[in-house]
Amino acid sequence: MKLYHIAHSRAGDKGNISTLSLIPYDAKDYELLCQKVTAARVKEHLKEIVFGEILRYEMPNISSLLFVCQDALLTGVTTSLSIDTHGKALSYALLEMEIES
Amino acid sequence: MKNQIRIGCGAGFSGDRLEPAMILAERGNLDYLVLECLAERTIALAQKRKLADPTKGYDPLLERRIEGLLPILVKNNVRLITNMGAANPMEGAKKIVEIANKQRIPVKVAAVIGDELSDKLKEMSDDIFKFNNENFAVELIKKHLSPSAHLSPLISANAYMGVEAILEALQSDANIIITGRVADPSLFLAPMIHEFGWATDNYNLLGQGTVVGHLLECAGQITGGYFADPITKPVADMDTLGHPFADVFADGSAIISKVEGTGGVVNLATVKEQLLYEVVNPFAYLTPDVSANFTTVKLEEIAENQVKVWGGTGQEKPPTLKVSVGYQAGFLGEGEISYAGHCALARAILAGETLEKRLKADFPDLRTDYVGVSAIHRTDFEHQIEPYEVRLRLAANADTAQKAALIGEEVEALYTNGPAGGGGARKYVTELVGIVSVLVDRKKVIPEVIIF
Repeated sequence: MKLYHIAHSRAGDKGNISTLSLIPYDAKDYELLCQKVTAARVKEHLKEIVFGEILRYEMPNISSLLFVCQDALLTGVTTSLSIDTHGKALSYALLEMEIES
Repeated sequence: MKNQIRIGCGAGFSGDRLEPAMILAERGNLDYLVLECLAERTIALAQKRKLADPTKGYDPLLERRIEGLLPILVKNNVRLITNMGAANPMEGAKKIVEIANKQRIPVKVAAVIGDELSDKLKEMSDDIFKFNNENFAVELIKKHLSPSAHLSPLISANAYMGVEAILEALQSDANIIITGRVADPSLFLAPMIHEFGWATDNYNLLGQGTVVGHLLECAGQITGGYFADPITKPVADMDTLGHPFADVFADGSAIISKVEGTGGVVNLATVKEQLLYEVVNPFAYLTPDVSANFTTVKLEEIAENQVKVWGGTGQEKPPTLKVSVGYQAGFLGEGEISYAGHCALARAILAGETLEKRLKADFPDLRTDYVGVSAIHRTDFEHQIEPYEVRLRLAANADTAQKAALIGEEVEALYTNGPAGGGGARKYVTELVGIVSVLVDRKKVIPEVIIF
């Protein structure tokens, strides 16, 4: 199952860091996401995008995960050579990830 | 002291739409309207305009925004707080007074200054520290202060100021407060502190107020903008997307909503997405006012388009302020050309590989993108769909505009020197302004308020 079936995401940028939230449509799926969508698995999935460390924050207060991805924006918004310098579209890259349901 | 105020956010970036702010001012029943118009790079670009003309350097849309809003703000007794001053709040304030005089509307404008440090770097050089261990920004400043300063690529250095300066302006009877670089949430936190009499070391209240400011600061991003997806997250009436307001109570709790009849939606999903937007540590969201903790925040949808937010906490503010340093980062050269129909991707790849051979020696960092395939995610995650059409894009950085132009020139030359059926070539050269950050001792940054 692809993540986009059960969760949504928003990408943010700070310097060369991309922040990717992962929010289940149904709060009941939060535990499943915690279990399946580890920082290591996201790092493997985004290996062609994120070159640095990925840190995962669990936020049970809002049933959401936050992935803070270092070295993810090809130097960052002001000097990146990519089309999407902010990495605004990277939320949908995370949602392409496959998990066993 | 009031026990409830309503703050609207009518702009989330410099180029934001004008109409939603007009609707908020007219029909939002607001106490305060905030226009947040200053992204990291915006101020460096403004500084360049100021260098070219000392009467400029404020937000390029200031005149259009104020001309439309001023009569409504005054009629409805709404105070405006905005960072549209950018690199030149003084001239921005004068321009607002000039517009008011023309419209025969009496206003008082407070300009908040003190964020600009470029002239003070020398005297504070012992109090400048690395941000996130990055050395480059510190080196830029050293070069700027060295005898070869005329070669310095430094354009601007602006500290993110907190609520202090805005609070002083709020104590005056100014209808409009215009600032330069101030942390975005501080634009919203200041009126809460002013109206509710919060102590500026009550970090739990400041943390919760900062949460509310953070939720509002990107305007349409909490009402369905940057959110809508017709299949998974449908949002009604995107064409009339409303901007948000918050009813904030003296205990810091707030209800996020939008003007009745506007398009868009405020629900748990939009609020959660915005709460986590651009957050690198939810336990310590650092602003000049507080280290806010987002992991204690509670959300509840209490009615259609109404989400209650409470429970944000905080700890003592950092001893340093972040400073954005803008510098000349050379030029970006780009070229694009499209291929369509049978073997479109194969022809685009042939074109891309041909140009890599022609350009790689002079542009080792040359980037080749296949738009429609793998340009945005830098991979297609093994979808391997044969696209009907593909746009090839090449990009590289260069020290001069002339060298950067070579990228587009070579792409254009594919018309007669490349694969079959290449069409729609375009070429661009963009002057780059880079932004890096340093930290400075906050005692060295002294805000000042000037009333016009």
